[in-house]
Amino acid sequence: MNLHAFAEWLSQTPLSLTIQNVSWIIPTVQTIHILSIAIVISSVFMVDLRLLGVIGRSQPTAAYTSRFLTWIWPTLVVLALTGSILIIGEPSRSLENPAFQTKMVLLILAMITTAVLQRPTFKDPAYWELTTGHKISAGVLAVLSLCLWVGIVFAGRWIAYMNVDSA
Amino acid sequence: MDLQALFQWLYDSPVGTAVRESGSLFPWIESVHVLSITLVVGSISIVDLRLLGLTSKSRAVSRLTGEVLPFTWTAFILAAITGGLLFSSNAVKYSHNSFFLAKMALLVVAFLNMVVFHVITSRGIEHWDESPHPPLRARLAGGLSLLLWIAVITCGRWIGFTMSAF
Repeated sequence: MNLHAFAEWLSQTPLSLTIQNVSWIIPTVQTIHILSIAIVISSVFMVDLRLLGVIGRSQPTAAYTSRFLTWIWPTLVVLALTGSILIIGEPSRSLENPAFQTKMVLLILAMITTAVLQRPTFKDPAYWELTTGHKISAGVLAVLSLCLWVGIVFAGRWIAYMNVDSA
Repeated sequence: MDLQALFQWLYDSPVGTAVRESGSLFPWIESVHVLSITLVVGSISIVDLRLLGLTSKSRAVSRLTGEVLPFTWTAFILAAITGGLLFSSNAVKYSHNSFFLAKMALLVVAFLNMVVFHVITSRGIEHWDESPHPPLRARLAGGLSLLLWIAVITCGRWIGFTMSAF
């Protein structure tokens, strides 16, 4: 079964038909999706801007990584759930959409970057401040992370503007 | 010049026309709008949750607002500029959309809530600045702010479903 056939099949399932026919579901789920993105993107910005030394220099980076990185993973679960409802409701418009596909690739890269940033802080919360080398690595990861998450928001918004031939 | 005439003038202006007629300008501006509004709401929630006594409890309220709010304002200015550009593309029609009007009203209330907090509520903040459980009036301000911004996002999203774009 190719992607197109799968999307066609999915769009005929009872769940998908319900989402398509009840007009408030998609806007409501999109609203929860955007509010969750607000949590993730703001947490990411707080951590990354601290690692880059733009904000909060009076506090160690450990305070930021421990306070804000923890919000990302549970919120990503909410995003995955609400995102799945949106996909099931409009399978072709999402799965076959280049903007959606770009978003998913960026998401995987952003999750890897976040995990790479977070992992060493479990053992030593001050890890990213230990040496100049660590500080430079943290800065590079922070810039990468910012670009990826901003890219995810942009790609997400562009899903609505990419026409998918649903022939 | 009444408001409708102003909105018509905005619609006819070179900026309004460009955003409306270019195929990609609207989505690009909208992307920046969504990014900046998520940063506004997310960062303001950090302060609201602290005022509610739920998070960042070891951090003094005044220090937290000092580090977060400049960031919130930067994002807000960006959201206002991009929002204005989007509005100009179809000003008259937006001005008749109930969700758009509700969103603007909620923004005014959120702004007033903030002014009241800074002018009245935060008076005597030195007595509870470090406290993990701010007084009731501060918790109310934080809770109200959180609800208002959730409502702003909700209305914003519904505008797109109640306006046939062009």
